[in-house]
Amino acid sequence: MSARRTSVFLERETYRRRRIMDAARLLPILGVALFAIPLLWPKPGDPATAGDPVPMSVAVLYIFGVWAGLIVLACLFGLKSRGWGPDRASSAQSPPKRDGGG
Amino acid sequence: MASLNTLVAICLGYVALLFVVAALAERAAAMGRGQWLRSPLIYTLSLSVYCTGWTFYGAVGYAARSGLEYVTIYIGPTLVMIGWWWGLRKLVRIGRSQRVTSIADLLSSRYGKSNLLAIGVTILCVMSVTPYIALQLQSIALSMSVFAEGDVARTKAVSAFWAAIGLGVFAILFGTRNLDANERHHGVVIAIALEAVVKLLALLAVGIFVVWGLAGGISDTLARIDASEIGQWEVDGGRWTAITLLAAAAIICLPRMFQVMVVENEDERHLRVAAWAFPLYLLLISLFVIPIAVVGLDLMPAGSNPDLFVLSLPLSQGNEGLAMLAFIGGFSSATSMVIVAAMALSIMVSNHLVMPIYLSTKVGRGASISGDVRNVVLISRRVAIVVILMLGYFYYRLSGGGAALAAIGLIAFAGIAQILPALVGGLFWRGATRAGALTGLSIGFALWIYTLLLPGFGADGALAASVMTDGPFGIGWLRPYGLFGITGLDPIVHSALWSLSLNTAAFIAVSMMTFPNPVERLQGAQFVNVFDHSMGPRGWTGSVAQSEDLMIMAQRILGPEEARALFQREAAKQGARGQLPEPTPSFVDTLERELSGSVGTATAHAMVGQIVGGSAVSVQDLMAVADESAQMLEYSSQLETKSAELTRTAAKLREANEKLTQISLQKDAFLSQVSHELRTPMTSIRAFSEILRDEAGLSGDEKERYAGVIHDEALRLTRLLDDLLDLSVLESGQVSLNTRGGTLGHVLDRALSAALAGSSDRITVHRRAEDEGIAIRSDLDRLAQVFINLISNARKYCDAPQPELTIRVRALGDRLTVDFLDNGSGVPRDARALVFEKFARVSGDKAGGAGLGLAICREIMERLGGDILYLDGHSGGAFRVILPMEGAMAAQ
Repeated sequence: MSARRTSVFLERETYRRRRIMDAARLLPILGVALFAIPLLWPKPGDPATAGDPVPMSVAVLYIFGVWAGLIVLACLFGLKSRGWGPDRASSAQSPPKRDGGG
Repeated sequence: MASLNTLVAICLGYVALLFVVAALAERAAAMGRGQWLRSPLIYTLSLSVYCTGWTFYGAVGYAARSGLEYVTIYIGPTLVMIGWWWGLRKLVRIGRSQRVTSIADLLSSRYGKSNLLAIGVTILCVMSVTPYIALQLQSIALSMSVFAEGDVARTKAVSAFWAAIGLGVFAILFGTRNLDANERHHGVVIAIALEAVVKLLALLAVGIFVVWGLAGGISDTLARIDASEIGQWEVDGGRWTAITLLAAAAIICLPRMFQVMVVENEDERHLRVAAWAFPLYLLLISLFVIPIAVVGLDLMPAGSNPDLFVLSLPLSQGNEGLAMLAFIGGFSSATSMVIVAAMALSIMVSNHLVMPIYLSTKVGRGASISGDVRNVVLISRRVAIVVILMLGYFYYRLSGGGAALAAIGLIAFAGIAQILPALVGGLFWRGATRAGALTGLSIGFALWIYTLLLPGFGADGALAASVMTDGPFGIGWLRPYGLFGITGLDPIVHSALWSLSLNTAAFIAVSMMTFPNPVERLQGAQFVNVFDHSMGPRGWTGSVAQSEDLMIMAQRILGPEEARALFQREAAKQGARGQLPEPTPSFVDTLERELSGSVGTATAHAMVGQIVGGSAVSVQDLMAVADESAQMLEYSSQLETKSAELTRTAAKLREANEKLTQISLQKDAFLSQVSHELRTPMTSIRAFSEILRDEAGLSGDEKERYAGVIHDEALRLTRLLDDLLDLSVLESGQVSLNTRGGTLGHVLDRALSAALAGSSDRITVHRRAEDEGIAIRSDLDRLAQVFINLISNARKYCDAPQPELTIRVRALGDRLTVDFLDNGSGVPRDARALVFEKFARVSGDKAGGAGLGLAICREIMERLGGDILYLDGHSGGAFRVILPMEGAMAAQ
């Protein structure tokens, strides 16, 4: 705590870390949104959605592209968070307490 | 074409290899070597037990039937894994801090250690996983049948049966080789990791062969995909969403996934890597599914089973080696799933079903030797594995073995997903209660059975065809596929929608209406706020040097000598050479008993539990400790109160004793004074009366003088005795006051005339008559007696050549003061404190007083509610009499 107060650099670091954590939390939501987009694509035989059906190759490339993108982002977060203690990350306000867990 | 015998031989060889790898890994772990066995990579690979025969064979079939929908099975887990910071991290932390051994254990522990809930979850898991195991048997049977030359149906039936037996034996050998308190199986994890590599490589090999060998490169493959039957994006939105959700739930709730992800987790930090590496694994394994399906549909004859394209495609192209690799990959997928699932389920069955029953029986209660229990656990696990595989086999037979692999798998997913509301609620909502969890689970479970499991056996399988079309007893809105009149939905979507939504609704509603018991509330707080209560990630440290830790702790509690003696005694009993005994259960029991004598049972149990097996202190332990401490606190506070009381009493006694001693001393001094005072006049009376009696020739003058002396002394004695009597009456408080009204002037007049009457000494008295007109109400005779005493004292002791006495009356607030001031030398400073004491005489017995006058004056003034004191700071003798004004006012 005291270190944070004395050093501006550390404060920035903590702030950045929190935002990265926010991003990590939002990642699955982003994934859900991206994987839901194909549901809006026009379907063959559906009169309501006029337009050419999306070819399977495009769908495959889209799905696997999103998938790979999510993996890369998760990997970046994993690398970034390597040095953090999860306790500090989740409850920066209160120091972790030991209660005899293993 | 390879014969069936070759296949069986290859399978057995492969299994033997796995077994050797597992055994080597366990030995390395036991010897403390092989840190790489606990790497994030191994953890990630072990998670791939998610990819079973369903993935290996079924995904291609699924893709051939429904296009891209198959990816939902992998997208769900991907989303859960990349969201690890939200959910999985908490789950793993709780699993580690609470020493959870299975998903049933987790739920039971969260909801107040409810065994009923554990039993419910165990049954749910067994029933949900049964179709899943059937799926593996079916995939093995199918893959065998591809190689079969003769009777395909017979080969399938026989191979399914033998696969069940073989996998059962295999699971027993792997999963129940040893008993670990934490339910960790290093060997199994390594074997699974190896299998993960095998199946991934096999599928990638087939994929590469198809894309570059058969389709002619990536762009050609993409073109082929667009040209095929599944060449257009055509996915049902409901199924897409529902199956993604079910798969996401399954990765957390499936017993085998929970086992490898939470129970076998060595280090929380492994999640960090697995969060991206496991989705990558899933991506790789599903990458070539569409190409294989498309090329298979293209090349294979119409009507061939798309579930087998992975195998039949290389085989049809004459690539037997690749087909064999694919077969091993598929076998690998199926075996790893069956082993881990059977192991996880057997742990649940033995811990939550068999052990509670066994321990409640007479045999169980008498089982103090740990070996007994150990055997029961092992046997029950083995039996459980056999039963689970038999159930799977029967499901396979009942369902006819003809259904698509993916359809069976989805049934299992929908069942297991019923755990999700209770699990997520338990992790994030403190208000979740056991009753809510039980209700939600029961409703979801029942709906799943009715809408998915039973209809899954086909028409007239488990439910009559009429029930399927018209509902039970003809009630239309209860049709299994059209609940509440909502028809036209896909069965999976329909079942998942109703079971999960009603499950969640019931869980939340009942949780809100019921009240959790204390254990439940504490556990809830521990689970929801696990990051506040547990320490950071740490690798699993084996319990080395337990005895030393126990010794250190015992020394602190029992004292060094006693502890050493106890440990030596136990070591000798065990036949050990050193000073430290092995931490066997019996020794630990003994130690716990010894310690509980000093610190209480619960505390001792918690302390020993901390060291031995490192098990976390449970809430019950803590509550028991709190109870004990509360009792001790109460007892000690009682003691404190008592001791404070005793201290007070002792102080009072001491005070009283001091008073008594003082009074006794005073009495002694008084008696000696009195006898001395009586003796002096008596002596002269005796002497002169003897002279009168014995001397004959005395002149009349002399006789008269001697008789005069005797008379004077007798008078003095009488006066003394009068004074003493007066004083004793005053002191004992038996004096009765004769209160009358009058003016102060009158009293002074009386006193002056009495004190100065018949006196030869001339003393001038100064008074101010206007001040003395104050009316008073008091015992005027007694007051006069005080004044007389003071005036005669002034007359007697004033040593001025022209003695003068000034009497000054003044009203001071509510008091009236009468000062008697003479112009003599006054009372010496050091004697002033004593003038009011009995027998205190300032200047010898000049005036022959007994020294009681002022003592009597003070007694009188105290009785009258006033006071008398010597005035310092005056040149001559100065006495002040203080009268209360109330008396004065009352007289007016």
